[in-house]
Amino acid sequence: MADRAFDIRRMPGAVTLAVVCFVILYIPMVILVANSFNAGKVIGQWEGLSLRWYLAALQNEAFLAAAANSLVLATIAAFMATVLATMAALATTRSDGFRGKGAIHIVLNQPLMVPEIVLAIALLIILAQVKQATGYTGLGYLIAAHTTFCIPFAYMPIRARLEGMDMTLETAAADLYASRAYAFRRVTLPLLAPGILAGFMLAFVVSLDDVVISSFLKSPGQETLPTYLMGELRRNLSSEIYAISSLLLLISVLIVAGSWLATRQKT
Amino acid sequence: MTPADTRRRWGLALPAVAVITLFSILPLGVVVLYSVLTPGDYGNVRWVLSGEGWFSVLFERDMFDETVSLSDAHITILFRSVGLSLATTLLTLIFGVPTAWFIATRAPRQRGFWLFLITIPFWTNLLVRTIAIQEIIRAEGVLNRILIGLGLIEQPLQMMFTNFAVLLGMAYVFLPLMVLPVYAAIEKFDFRLAEAGYDLYASRAYCLRRVILPLVRPGIIAGSILVFVPSLGAYVTPRIMGGGNSMMLGNLIEMQFGQGRNWPLGAALSITLTLLVLGALIWYTRLTTGGRRHG
Repeated sequence: MADRAFDIRRMPGAVTLAVVCFVILYIPMVILVANSFNAGKVIGQWEGLSLRWYLAALQNEAFLAAAANSLVLATIAAFMATVLATMAALATTRSDGFRGKGAIHIVLNQPLMVPEIVLAIALLIILAQVKQATGYTGLGYLIAAHTTFCIPFAYMPIRARLEGMDMTLETAAADLYASRAYAFRRVTLPLLAPGILAGFMLAFVVSLDDVVISSFLKSPGQETLPTYLMGELRRNLSSEIYAISSLLLLISVLIVAGSWLATRQKT
Repeated sequence: MTPADTRRRWGLALPAVAVITLFSILPLGVVVLYSVLTPGDYGNVRWVLSGEGWFSVLFERDMFDETVSLSDAHITILFRSVGLSLATTLLTLIFGVPTAWFIATRAPRQRGFWLFLITIPFWTNLLVRTIAIQEIIRAEGVLNRILIGLGLIEQPLQMMFTNFAVLLGMAYVFLPLMVLPVYAAIEKFDFRLAEAGYDLYASRAYCLRRVILPLVRPGIIAGSILVFVPSLGAYVTPRIMGGGNSMMLGNLIEMQFGQGRNWPLGAALSITLTLLVLGALIWYTRLTTGGRRHG
């Protein structure tokens, strides 16, 4: 066949649309970050480069309190969700199936099938009663709710990792008279570690992302970073909001870059 | 599997199952119950059975003569929710599929970089991305400044708080959810199959339709459901981009628990939304398992 110069990979227009797509994705974020460095008070009127709004944010106690709340909440919820999801994943993988496996699977994925706003009002109805009865107004309600909806996100990568794992190594350990606990600690857990780490990070980011459930369940005066931002946004848009948003953007860039480098080293 | 092993596995799964049952399944059951109770005077409910909550999802009663009519406001919001979610899915398909195609057809070494560019917005806080897209189209925003600067318009265009704003916002924030699964499907595709088709004198369009599309279809369906489902239940993006003018179901539900003070109606609307989402998910499962049977 004479060269028909055919390349099915080259779809007419695909490159153009893809470039447009990347530009559309990034222009708003670049503008957001650029605005956060503006020395002037009015957004969009450039008056020079400055870290003014970052300094303002770092001296803003409401923001710092919200950031601390978010960090504590995301860490605890992601940790608990990861522990629970790891146990559950060990139960549901690497077997020919057992009574109730399907049911467990459905329950573990259930929070994904319900829109956030629905889970938010469902928990509001119940926890409002608990709040009234016990008088407790701490972070506990948010921790319980976040742990719950983080479980399926932590579960996914851990389960995927377990399913791709070689069982013969554990069998070998057992053949060499390793106890079940010893084999788990020295063989299974190290092999599973990347999955657990991925699960934890996903859960952490998902918890940090939540506005709806937190804003319904939080006690008065209690703010997380997203609910604080949402509240400020309602009042009025400021360069400080852009600075805080840019900080959040930076966190996600660091997380993605970190996990990217981590996976590249292994291959 | 021995009964002891089954017991051990149940024991391992139990804590996670218990937490989800207690904090997600049980509360959902309470929502179902609340949807058939009577609204209390200051929010909450009175424990008297009533169909009023469900009735008000679609209908309203005239304040004076008790005549029943369809609730225009609710029906508009219902149609807007479904319509904007479908439009969002379509828009992300138009931009997402060529982008996924573009990434998958790069040299393997370059793919990582382009994927990295898609994963950053994917991992970035949804609220932050909504704030970013808001800056583009708000009255004193970038687009209006540019248009005024160029002398094309004199007064800023009011783009915020419209269906267009909500659509733009949702398409912007959910776009990565379309690109990633479609990319995963195209990446697995063996391009020699398409070349074989072409060598057998199939036209480019024919190749695309009969060879590539069937193999990439699962990714397109997965991407569509990943965009459609969160769009339908969206709250934050329509709240910011649409305000009170362009509400979606999520915002209507929130209103019933806030100033609306009609918890049973809010509960009934929540169940409606959940059923719509479940319907989409069931349709998705049918479509994917059905495809496997034929393929």
